[in-house]
Amino acid sequence: MNFRDTMLDEYKEILKTYINDQTEQSLYMSQKFSRKSIEFKISPEEMISLHKTSIMELEPELPESLLLSLDILLEVMMSYGLAYREHQSLRMIQRELINEIEVAASMQQTLLGTQIPRIPSMDIGAISVPAKQMSGDYYHFVSHENGAISVAIADIIGKGIPAALCMSMIKYSMDSMPDDSQAPGDVLERLNRVVEQNVDPTMFITMFSGLYNPETHMFFYSSAGHEPGFFYHAETGVFDEMQAKGLLLGVDKKAKYREYERKVEVGDVILLMSDGVTECRTEEGFLEVDTLIGYIKKYIHLGAQDIADKVYKELEYLQDFQLRDDFTLIILKRTS
Amino acid sequence: MDSSVKIINEWDIVAARQLGRNVAKELGFGTVDQARITTAISELARNIYLYAGQGEITIEKVENGAKKGLTIISCDEGPGIPDLRKVMEDGFSTSGGLGAGLPGVKRLMDEFSIESTPGEGTLIKSVKWLR
Repeated sequence: MNFRDTMLDEYKEILKTYINDQTEQSLYMSQKFSRKSIEFKISPEEMISLHKTSIMELEPELPESLLLSLDILLEVMMSYGLAYREHQSLRMIQRELINEIEVAASMQQTLLGTQIPRIPSMDIGAISVPAKQMSGDYYHFVSHENGAISVAIADIIGKGIPAALCMSMIKYSMDSMPDDSQAPGDVLERLNRVVEQNVDPTMFITMFSGLYNPETHMFFYSSAGHEPGFFYHAETGVFDEMQAKGLLLGVDKKAKYREYERKVEVGDVILLMSDGVTECRTEEGFLEVDTLIGYIKKYIHLGAQDIADKVYKELEYLQDFQLRDDFTLIILKRTS
Repeated sequence: MDSSVKIINEWDIVAARQLGRNVAKELGFGTVDQARITTAISELARNIYLYAGQGEITIEKVENGAKKGLTIISCDEGPGIPDLRKVMEDGFSTSGGLGAGLPGVKRLMDEFSIESTPGEGTLIKSVKWLR
């Protein structure tokens, strides 16, 4: 039997019990009743009407004025009823939107997917975690025919869906780049032109582009306003910032990007990151560089992927598991 | 039988409600449905009063086979509604505290149709069936 058919009797029973004994028990019953009536979409005005019908049957001697007052209550509840129904329908729309964003986010993961290259002399690890569902961070690896490895990490200034849409464009212009243009400076110059032409002028992208030659163990890099990475010298145990100058992508179509280089010795580690790592905020303020380096040092003996995962875990804990910005960390560790 | 109320000032909203309530009672609608019908009439009449300046609310009895019901017709020669989809969206008209809006009317009633031409006016028909 449907609740709608039995609700009058149920309600009358609760009312009758309460009029007789005023116990907490009957008040609790009415709370349970209201949950059920919401479940069956009984509107507030229907509840008033139900109440009126019940009390008229239970107490036929009630003064007319009291019953009439319920008409006013019913009329007043009309707008509450409408607001309630509107709320229900907006909630449904919200649920639909959340579903759609989830689909888009998983599509983004597929679209932006990149394979971490496996080469003998270099151990590579990467982690990228979006703050919201869609990420504005991006990293990309390319294994070239001559054995060299390109790595790129980018951050869209701005978050969420617009940033994510912009990412897809970057990804496809990188994919369509000819294999012979590997130099990091050239890569940035090309992308800069694409971004300058196609992206909204209020949207900027920072990017770090690197190229590792496994024969000479040279690492070449250029930066378009991106967070500088760190270079760990295994021999001395010293970290230094890989400063590189260059304009953000999309600002000036004639921008040139200077190329820098480092010799990578066995045990040396290159750490590339998005500002979600360095600008990680805790209750005491921004994360200090020394604190970050401290965490990296703690795990520097591990494999590249483990370093990335562990550092992320530490920073996640430090921020009470609430990322304020997309987080991307790439580790390149020369093993032989 | 059909009858109408011209909506020119706020008190005409009350007259339109009264007319709707009388017809609804006559047809045998219960108190909750009477309240729904009059609330819908209020909304439509208020829209005329606030946005069109003047217009008319007509209440008709309808029959469809064994089904009986009540139709509210709201007609004005006001500025019209340029974006119908927008006004039929939840949260659009209500956010400014303007009441239930047209989506509210649609929810209170069983059938709802709207025609509007910018510069010419708006015609809304809405039916509530007797259960």
